[in-house]
Amino acid sequence: MERTTIDLWVGIFVALGVAALLGLAMKVGNLTTSDIGETYTVTANFENIGGLKSRAPVKSAGVVVGRVGGIKFDPASFEAVVSLNIDRRYQFPHDTFANIYTAGLLGEQYIALEPGGDETNLKNGDKIAQTQDAVVLEKMISQFLYNKASETKEAAPAPTKSKAAESTETGDDALGSNPLDKLTAPAK
Amino acid sequence: MTRVSLLVRLVLVLRKIGHRFVDRLWRLGAGARLFWLTLVSSGESFKRPWLVIREVYFTGVLSLIIILVSAFFVGMVLGLQGYNTLQRYGSSEAIGVLVALALVRELGPVVTALLFAGRAGTAITAEIGLMKATEQLSAMEMMAVSPVARVIAPRFWAGVISMPILAVLFSMVGILGGYMVAVPLIGVDAGAFWSQMQANVDWRDDIVNGVIKSVVFGVACTIIALFEGYDAPPTAEGVSRATTRTVVTSSLAVLGLDFVLTSFMITV
Repeated sequence: MERTTIDLWVGIFVALGVAALLGLAMKVGNLTTSDIGETYTVTANFENIGGLKSRAPVKSAGVVVGRVGGIKFDPASFEAVVSLNIDRRYQFPHDTFANIYTAGLLGEQYIALEPGGDETNLKNGDKIAQTQDAVVLEKMISQFLYNKASETKEAAPAPTKSKAAESTETGDDALGSNPLDKLTAPAK
Repeated sequence: MTRVSLLVRLVLVLRKIGHRFVDRLWRLGAGARLFWLTLVSSGESFKRPWLVIREVYFTGVLSLIIILVSAFFVGMVLGLQGYNTLQRYGSSEAIGVLVALALVRELGPVVTALLFAGRAGTAITAEIGLMKATEQLSAMEMMAVSPVARVIAPRFWAGVISMPILAVLFSMVGILGGYMVAVPLIGVDAGAFWSQMQANVDWRDDIVNGVIKSVVFGVACTIIALFEGYDAPPTAEGVSRATTRTVVTSSLAVLGLDFVLTSFMITV
């Protein structure tokens, strides 16, 4: 075969390969969304970060404004120190609230920033004071079950002594201020 | 009498195992030596890039059709099968992520390498085996032209260049195949298909790792094909056996290397 034809075909082949790689990077991968330009870094301490990972999105009002830069454990306070890289275009007040939320029921976790009303803005290296931990599903379920259990206990006729004492006390109280009496009294 | 014959048989079996083991070990060593020799004497391929370009045409460009067609079908099947399972859990929008991750991480490099071994590897082995059988390689040596520098190294570099390009094309066309099934055929939302994919496919962890895999497979497949051809007995039967061995060894090497590379790349 002609040398020029082979050259042409190999040229097309390599160009196709480069185009496919670019396509993968831009259309399939998150290369375009990951560069959020100039950033400043603030830290936030959480008692429990759940399943938060570095590079997780930082959102405010649902819009991605930054990414989680790194997660460290502080051995002095036994807290997780999360550093947030936030886009320089977005400034947040000093009393901004940082929450860890979950996207969807079992989705990935992200940090939501809820801006406060302070005049001064967060600067590079600042620390967000008000944080809310991640909701741990097991904790929530056990709390729910505990609440359910205590509800049924209250509904049941006094199973223990202390409960019985409590119920008699509250019973007296309830008798003294029976809402039905109050309702019927003014009518007389 | 029977005990003696049993002992003799045992000895024969052991001898056979030992012979096979030593033979394999010898081939591994000889292959490694050829690999080293190729790397050392590949200066000429860079001084005369035409040698490599010509081989890229034969190994890469001519493999395009089979790679692209199989990629499209693999992508379509992934789309169908993935949708079938995902819609049971009410997350059929995640089909884009499934198709893209499966292709970019695993199927793209691995299936490309397997097809490459069958399409280009066998051609390389047969060509070099025949060159050896017809004493072209000896003739080159007589003319003080190193066959490793002139014949082996350009083919090696052509394979190493072609494989990642083919793998990337495989992934891209496979994703298009998955898109064709998921969006126009089944009716998954196109926006969700691409945005979920973009949110979950990472440039460094998924795409670059896939390309690294395909480069490693390219080195392995090409050097195995070259070695089998270079080592083939100079007979018709020898060349045919060498061609078969190329496919078997390359496929096993690709699958084994894939596991090793994946276990390095996925850090739990």
